[in-house]
Amino acid sequence: MKAREIFLSIISWLSLAIILLGVSSLVVFLFMRGAGSLNANLFFGNTPAFDAIFALKPVWSGIWPAVAGSLLLLLVTMIIAIIPGISCGVYLACFASVREKNYISTCVDVLAGIPSIVMGLFGLELIIVLRKTFLPQGNTCLLLAAFCLAILVLPTLIVSVRSSIEALPSRLTLTANALGMSHSQCVKNVLIPIAMPGILGGVILSMGRAMEDTAVIMLTGAVANAGLPAGLGAKFEALPFRIYYTAAQYTSQEELARGFGTALLLLLCSWALILLARIFQAHLTRKWEGVKS
Amino acid sequence: MRNNKPVILRGCAVCVAAILGTVTAFILYSGIEALTQSSRLALFGSVWSPASGKFGILAMIQASILLALSALTLGWVLSLGLCCLMNGLAPKFIAKIIMLVINMMAAIPTVVYGFAAVFLLVPVIRDALGGTGFCWLTAGMLLALQGVPAMTIIMNGAMSQISRESKLTSQSLGFTNVQHLTHVVMPLSGKAMISAAIIGLGRAVGDALLPTMLAGNAIRFAHSPVDSMRTLTAHISLVLSSDIGGGEHLSLLLAGALLLTFCAIVSLAARHLIRGKNS
Repeated sequence: MKAREIFLSIISWLSLAIILLGVSSLVVFLFMRGAGSLNANLFFGNTPAFDAIFALKPVWSGIWPAVAGSLLLLLVTMIIAIIPGISCGVYLACFASVREKNYISTCVDVLAGIPSIVMGLFGLELIIVLRKTFLPQGNTCLLLAAFCLAILVLPTLIVSVRSSIEALPSRLTLTANALGMSHSQCVKNVLIPIAMPGILGGVILSMGRAMEDTAVIMLTGAVANAGLPAGLGAKFEALPFRIYYTAAQYTSQEELARGFGTALLLLLCSWALILLARIFQAHLTRKWEGVKS
Repeated sequence: MRNNKPVILRGCAVCVAAILGTVTAFILYSGIEALTQSSRLALFGSVWSPASGKFGILAMIQASILLALSALTLGWVLSLGLCCLMNGLAPKFIAKIIMLVINMMAAIPTVVYGFAAVFLLVPVIRDALGGTGFCWLTAGMLLALQGVPAMTIIMNGAMSQISRESKLTSQSLGFTNVQHLTHVVMPLSGKAMISAAIIGLGRAVGDALLPTMLAGNAIRFAHSPVDSMRTLTAHISLVLSSDIGGGEHLSLLLAGALLLTFCAIVSLAARHLIRGKNS
């Protein structure tokens, strides 16, 4: 019996050591190789920053087109996903009957389990079918990628909106009802405003998810050399795809250094987003703990 | 009071369910269609040779299963170790550090993991074990690492709740922290451990980036950890579908349908398990 406990502690401390070693070596390696190239030159190459940002001159050796592509992709994705995502979350938390709740949340769970590469394949097949039917000149493009990404991040959004509303104490609803509000008024005027930090946290969380995903966009229109995104119907560059592409196809040390810089940039953005989301969500709890005391 | 549900919200909820239905139906339909119209291509065969018109994806199915199971086993043990540390084996401040590390790990993009590993781990494996370094072992290690946060969060959620509820009782019975963990908390959190494993399996099978970047992508049956392999997900991400309707394209559709079916079953199983616990 004693031996079992010792065995368990050895395994546990060993696993902590393995994980710390693995993660820290990867991250430190990335910082060492990438920190040096993380400067304005990484973004714009030899083109002056002002000209690059306003697309006056093309950027040949910087990652600005990929940054712009990623930002536009993120924007379009969130525009598509935000209304159905938040509405569905609110509906599940406040209005759905038990049967509906059961049915819809099963769907959300299954949707959350679909691998992103399958979502990419869905996008590819969709455009092939569209080409055969009523959009003969259609091609994989930014809008298609954003659409597939939106489906991919919907579950994240729905689950976090739902749980941040359900985490609110039930006395809020009781008080609101006692004051004569209808249920819809209560949701609109009390629950949603109070749950807002949590909802925003969920939005940011799903933004992080959309920004890092590579598998979807590589089947739905991301390419290595497109320049600045030319519109919703055009091919585009994106940061994660740029990293993926560099790992396999780099031709010079310079390009490799840029790859490290890009990977580090994506990592830092990702961490910043998750930190922001956590701050929002912690704010939600703190607000209620504060009221309690 | 609850009768006047807002139509717009309800519409959106139904819409989400409909989207899921559409995606599933679409992928499954294409997969089945690919299977029926291509009996001569031997899609479920073990031979992949486009020259002779054979597009068997059996080797990729084997690669997916092997890679996912090996990564899952390693990752699951690591997660369990972390959870034990957080629920009794280690002091509070270490538990806090572990949670921080887990949250940071969860936010690392897969492509960044892959990129760092290509230039850090692959040369190490190549020098130590020979071969190209792009192999089952490399991909499995990274996939295990990548799966740790999700599994740890699921397991720790259940274990810390059980721990809180039973702490006082077992302390008054004279249990030490370690005994409390091994004799009370761990036996009671079996379901959470299994559901973490199931969800981890779904993630490991479905991940496309790490196998594509690290496993070498040769289409053949892998026999040793230094063999190159191509998983179903890597297959989808690698084949550029220039010939629509050809054998390669049909094999993609079948791979997609298989992955979708598997992951849907996994999600439903995990859901069933977690719901069973609550009731």
